[in-house]
Amino acid sequence: MLSSKGWDPCLETSFLHCRHQEYIGKVTHAVFQTASGKKRVIVATEKSVVASLNLRSGEIFWRQVLEESEPIDGLQVALGKYAVSLSRGGSLRSFHLPDGSLIWETSLYTSPSPAQLFLLPSDDLLVLKQGIVYVVSSADGRLLWTADLLDESRLAQTSLSFEGKNIYVAGFSGSSIALFRIDASTGAFTTLKTTEPLNPSSFVLSSGVFAALDTQGDIVTGLMEGEVVELQKTSLATLLDSPVSSAQLLPDKIPGGCVLSTDGGSIFVLGLDKKGVEVLQQIQGPAVVSNSIVLDGTFAQSFLQRVNSKEIRVRVLSGKEWIETAEETVEVDPNKGGVQKVFMNAYIKTDRSRGFRVLIVGQDHSLALLQQGKVVWSREEALASVVDTLTAELPLEKAGVSVAEVEHDLYEWLKGHVLRLKSTLMLATAEEQTALQALRLNNADKTKMTRDHNGFRKLIVVLTSSGKLFALHTGNGGIVWSRFIPELSTKGSLKLYPWRIPHKHVDENPVALVLGSSHDGTGFAAWVDMLTGSVQETLALPYSVKLALALPLVDSSERRLHLLIDDQNKAHLYPTSDESLSLFEKYMQNVYFYIADKGAGQIEGYNIKSQIDSGEEGGLVFLSQKIWSVLFPKDSETIAAITTRRADEMVHTQAKVLGNRDVWYKYLNKNMVFVATVTPQDSRVGAANPEETWLVAYLIDSVTGQILHRVSHAHAQGPVHAVFSENWVVYCYFNVRNHRHEMSVLEVYDKSADGKDVLQLMLGRYNASVPFSSFSPRNLEVKGQSYFFPSTVRTMSVTFTARGITGKQILVGTIGNQVIALDKRFLDPRRSADPTPMEREEGVIPLSEGLPVFPQSYLTHAARVEELRGIISVPARLESTCLVFAYGIDLFFTRTAPSRTYDSLTEDFSYALLLITIVVLVVAIAVSMVLSQRKELREKWK
Amino acid sequence: KPASVKLLLNGGEKITFPLKNGYFAFQGIPAGTHLIEVSAPGFFFSPLRVDVSARLHGQVRASLVETGRVLSGNLVLEPMRQEQYFEKREPFSVLGLLKSPMGLMVAFMLIAVVVLPKLMDNIDPEEMKKIQEEMRNRPSPSFSNLLQGARS
Repeated sequence: MLSSKGWDPCLETSFLHCRHQEYIGKVTHAVFQTASGKKRVIVATEKSVVASLNLRSGEIFWRQVLEESEPIDGLQVALGKYAVSLSRGGSLRSFHLPDGSLIWETSLYTSPSPAQLFLLPSDDLLVLKQGIVYVVSSADGRLLWTADLLDESRLAQTSLSFEGKNIYVAGFSGSSIALFRIDASTGAFTTLKTTEPLNPSSFVLSSGVFAALDTQGDIVTGLMEGEVVELQKTSLATLLDSPVSSAQLLPDKIPGGCVLSTDGGSIFVLGLDKKGVEVLQQIQGPAVVSNSIVLDGTFAQSFLQRVNSKEIRVRVLSGKEWIETAEETVEVDPNKGGVQKVFMNAYIKTDRSRGFRVLIVGQDHSLALLQQGKVVWSREEALASVVDTLTAELPLEKAGVSVAEVEHDLYEWLKGHVLRLKSTLMLATAEEQTALQALRLNNADKTKMTRDHNGFRKLIVVLTSSGKLFALHTGNGGIVWSRFIPELSTKGSLKLYPWRIPHKHVDENPVALVLGSSHDGTGFAAWVDMLTGSVQETLALPYSVKLALALPLVDSSERRLHLLIDDQNKAHLYPTSDESLSLFEKYMQNVYFYIADKGAGQIEGYNIKSQIDSGEEGGLVFLSQKIWSVLFPKDSETIAAITTRRADEMVHTQAKVLGNRDVWYKYLNKNMVFVATVTPQDSRVGAANPEETWLVAYLIDSVTGQILHRVSHAHAQGPVHAVFSENWVVYCYFNVRNHRHEMSVLEVYDKSADGKDVLQLMLGRYNASVPFSSFSPRNLEVKGQSYFFPSTVRTMSVTFTARGITGKQILVGTIGNQVIALDKRFLDPRRSADPTPMEREEGVIPLSEGLPVFPQSYLTHAARVEELRGIISVPARLESTCLVFAYGIDLFFTRTAPSRTYDSLTEDFSYALLLITIVVLVVAIAVSMVLSQRKELREKWK
Repeated sequence: KPASVKLLLNGGEKITFPLKNGYFAFQGIPAGTHLIEVSAPGFFFSPLRVDVSARLHGQVRASLVETGRVLSGNLVLEPMRQEQYFEKREPFSVLGLLKSPMGLMVAFMLIAVVVLPKLMDNIDPEEMKKIQEEMRNRPSPSFSNLLQGARS
């Protein structure tokens, strides 16, 4: 079940084609807030988002994105009105529940370290960080007291519980257990000793009772009273009535008890008290345990079990005896993987009985609310962690559309235009205006699953870090299909490659290759149909993939040949057919690839030597040999960015005609690699000595290893972002001396072709159609210039159009999570303070030190694509237009026309006005004809 | 709306939000030079360079990066400009309609219909007669004649 979250359309009518979707990421903490007013659940996520969700629909009331690098360690709701979050960096922030505005902020410590956040019975907040306890007033964030339990030595795996006025803390100090009792009002603490030394494997604290599992398979309990804790030992085997080889105490807290899971997968609920330990309940099979909640003085907890791939059983245990009070079986989407986290909440049904709802976090990062045996809503939070995208063309429209459909469409079309005309003439009523808006949004045309003439309708296939694939329709942003691949490990890098893009066999579906790693660290490949989402084939590779190369070769069924380079630099060819082998053998000597090792600071180039016997693994394996390497001095340069040209980029013209009728030839080398290195240092902006930091930019030919150009910038510092297109590179960095961000451009021209006239260009060896060789020496000229840019850059991209005729825009993702389209003309290295008339004629803009950011150049308008990580641009079939997809926590889709839409009418072009004008003209002609005839007749009668 | 405003230190290393009264603070900042950026949809703020002195008890000196202006006294951030993200849609107007190609066509036609006959009227009747006589004398160069002339 998918939630029907609409993309908020941008409000202005002329920007109807932009879509913005908001996500929060995988939920790690959740607190229900159902007591009063709006029912909501406050969540914190892996993406450092604190958000308030509507409990009935799953919509976001508000959200705040905190520091990306600092995970949220704790979330509590204090005083019933503040959502308090604890970041890894020690910031405790309190947000107002209704609107999410900041109420107070306290920085407890600055060294990032994991900590826990608790809510004391007095409604104050307690932060436990490695043996240091901070208690903070929840009203204003004032620090009430702190207690350093171990004199700054660390306490690991801490556990904490409250009982009356006391706070109990337990943790590992080295390998032994340390126990403490703290006075909740003053912070005075006593260190408790145990009657005998303990070396447990796991332990919990619960309502003043300590329980631990020691290495002999005994469970040890003790009451935390007095100075010395008396320990009682019970053998697990006798307690559970069955031999247990290994067991673990789960950190989930049950007041007055604990949860034990054994290696057999069973779960036991144990009761702890002064007398010792007893088994209260047993649950067979693996289960996910929720938090416990308070119900009429006793406690309740839910256990989730997977019945089969489609059903989840929710069992709620409650009361003193932990009796099963509710059991429900819920049907869920089998495409979610397992349940990873459960949060439980109770409510009173209309018939006054008690009901339970659970919020589950799936393996695919999805969030769903289960209540009364069904899924109330679910959110696809995997979309907050997109790692790679591909676009797929939709199938061609089938001939033979029914007449009724056409008539209906025509009627709709006419209605739309009448409405549009009315609104143009300001005759439309408010109702009609809204009808028009709705019509524009839900234009049936937009969401059709077929190709359109302009190439605006496409599928965006996104791969998320959870291992789930989605296909989004560009028309309305809806999810067309989603597919969870559980074999993919979330740890390794994940990549998408276009495996088969049919051109000849248009009625066949395009196929994408998903490359990742399986759970044991070796490679894993899956072939997925891009239109239906069905997995055609999966393959666990016996090696780990370092690099994948798409070769410019396709076999007879239009599958593209791919080379997978493993960690021993052996190349594996796919698909493994005789046909691909014979194709590859012809091409083999032209295969070059390079491997950049950022850690070692070197780039190595390889080519393919010979085929080797693949042994028992099978497949086509080739040996590669190193042909060159570039080593950067490790103490002064570390690789900060590597960029190449996009392989499928279209370049319209190789020549650039200057104002003085000179012709410059662009150096269009597809093997050129841009590498930027920076002086190694601790990366904080304030810390560097501005005199000693350098950025060195290299242009390297990846076939020969030749350094084509090298330029260095003083006082520069990373992070470096770069885009490479045609014959130019734009990269940005931070200038430490001026404390501003700079953007530089390098344009490479081939000067060895000088003096050739146009005819020679067309016929001779400088024609772009002549194969380009990296080995032929060139006389290059590189032009560069730098400009200031007013914002920190998160990511950069460049627009691509179908034929490459349209001017280029550089798409800059700013720190404010907005996308700016910057015209490439502003980054022309030939800009000078006083351009000559000829340069002016050519359109060279006079020099300015900063790059201008016009309000209209924000592609995102007022929207923010939180934690913007990537911008993808896809050419539409219309040359002027390019589709832009930006992803981060949010998704954003729009169209941009770098040189305006010169080849199409705007979307709301008034056809009706045109028609009316024509009709008026025809009528005028007819009338004047009649009039003139009459006049002629009269003349003749005279 | 203050809830959507965000302040970022050194490119997102630290984040804070303004309080309801508009104040903001970064806590636990080491001495050195820092850059504060403001993210507020609809407004453009210049980045702010802040020097935190190590010797002078954490004295703070701030200046706007874009203009170089030093902020003295209290740190008050003002947006440089309000952003108008959308190009303003031209309001419907008769003039605008007339300026469009179709409008020009209509206008020209009107002129042709209304003004040209008037021009004819303005011509002196005697001259008119003269011209008409001349026309009669000379066979009017009709289209068919022209064609014939071209053939011969």
